[in-house]
Amino acid sequence: MNVSPDYFASPADAATLLRLRERLGLAAEAAGMLDVAYMTIDSPVGTLLLAATPKGLVRVAYAVEDHDRVLETLSRQISPRVLWAPKRLDMAARELDEYFGNKRRAFDLPLDLSLSRGFRQLVQRHLPEIGYGQTRTYGQLAELVGNPKAVRAVGTACATNPLPVVVPCHRVLKADGTSGGYVGGPAAKMALLRLEAST
Amino acid sequence: MKQPFERIVAEHGETVLRVCRVILGVHDAEDAWSETFLAAMRAYPDLPDDANAEAWLVTIAHRKAIDVVRARRRQPAPVGEIPEVPTALGVPGEGDGDLWQAVAALPDKQRQAVAYHYVAGLAYAEIAGILGGSTDAARRAAADGVRKLRKNYPGAGTEGAPS
Repeated sequence: MNVSPDYFASPADAATLLRLRERLGLAAEAAGMLDVAYMTIDSPVGTLLLAATPKGLVRVAYAVEDHDRVLETLSRQISPRVLWAPKRLDMAARELDEYFGNKRRAFDLPLDLSLSRGFRQLVQRHLPEIGYGQTRTYGQLAELVGNPKAVRAVGTACATNPLPVVVPCHRVLKADGTSGGYVGGPAAKMALLRLEAST
Repeated sequence: MKQPFERIVAEHGETVLRVCRVILGVHDAEDAWSETFLAAMRAYPDLPDDANAEAWLVTIAHRKAIDVVRARRRQPAPVGEIPEVPTALGVPGEGDGDLWQAVAALPDKQRQAVAYHYVAGLAYAEIAGILGGSTDAARRAAADGVRKLRKNYPGAGTEGAPS
């Protein structure tokens, strides 16, 4: 048939849809339905995905983690009501921007650590005790959480940190001084350490 | 696995906007779109994983469009007091006001059948489920609607997509 959907298209559709999606995010928030809000930001370590529940920031994800897959995981683990809704991430985006601009040394954000459990969450709760510009080894971090033999488990806790950058697992290095693994890749880890050393 | 709701918005947002525009005209289409996706988000966790998301959304949009029309009738505009404005039908920046006039002039069922079949791409059986009545009646309504559109807006009868 010849009546094409394109007859009802408009050159303004992209702008209209953007506006409608922003409006949907606000309406969903007001209705208490915005279980997971997310946005992406550009940063010196690539595009970062930020996601928050009503409790707080729940996920920071590097592009190498595949943002589509990250959203699928959030949909499965938290709620399928996942929406691009930058308003809720305003503060997180601003603080990250300040951090990358050498204007912020600690994050002051409500966090939702519900993606980790048990020992991993315990380790992640302690990570912010390693201050800006400092580093620790996995062994030192194991001592810090009161379980000096759990070096390997501490490594796993750092590797599965759902909030990289904000929860500073990049400040934990191997005992021989090499960087060890990092969820954002070794180059991102080095970039963050260099950034913090430069201030 | 249930995909993130955002993907439903990204994949179907544009089609639902066009459907709402055909049913209601440009101005009310945005309200209907918003109501549709808010209602869809509310119900989304209970939608079966294998459901046809587009048919589901169009069904919601159909009901929301009826609500928008009812609300508008309950609050009649004070016609004598508002300034003369161009028609709410028609897309800003496009010279196809005639098409919107032609679409707006269709009887409701025909306009809905045209929107759901030609814009949303739903099968006539699905459209019959939304409009009530038989699959044949849905097919006839769409065919009658398109015939009228071609007559009143000859551009709609040309081969291929418009440039």
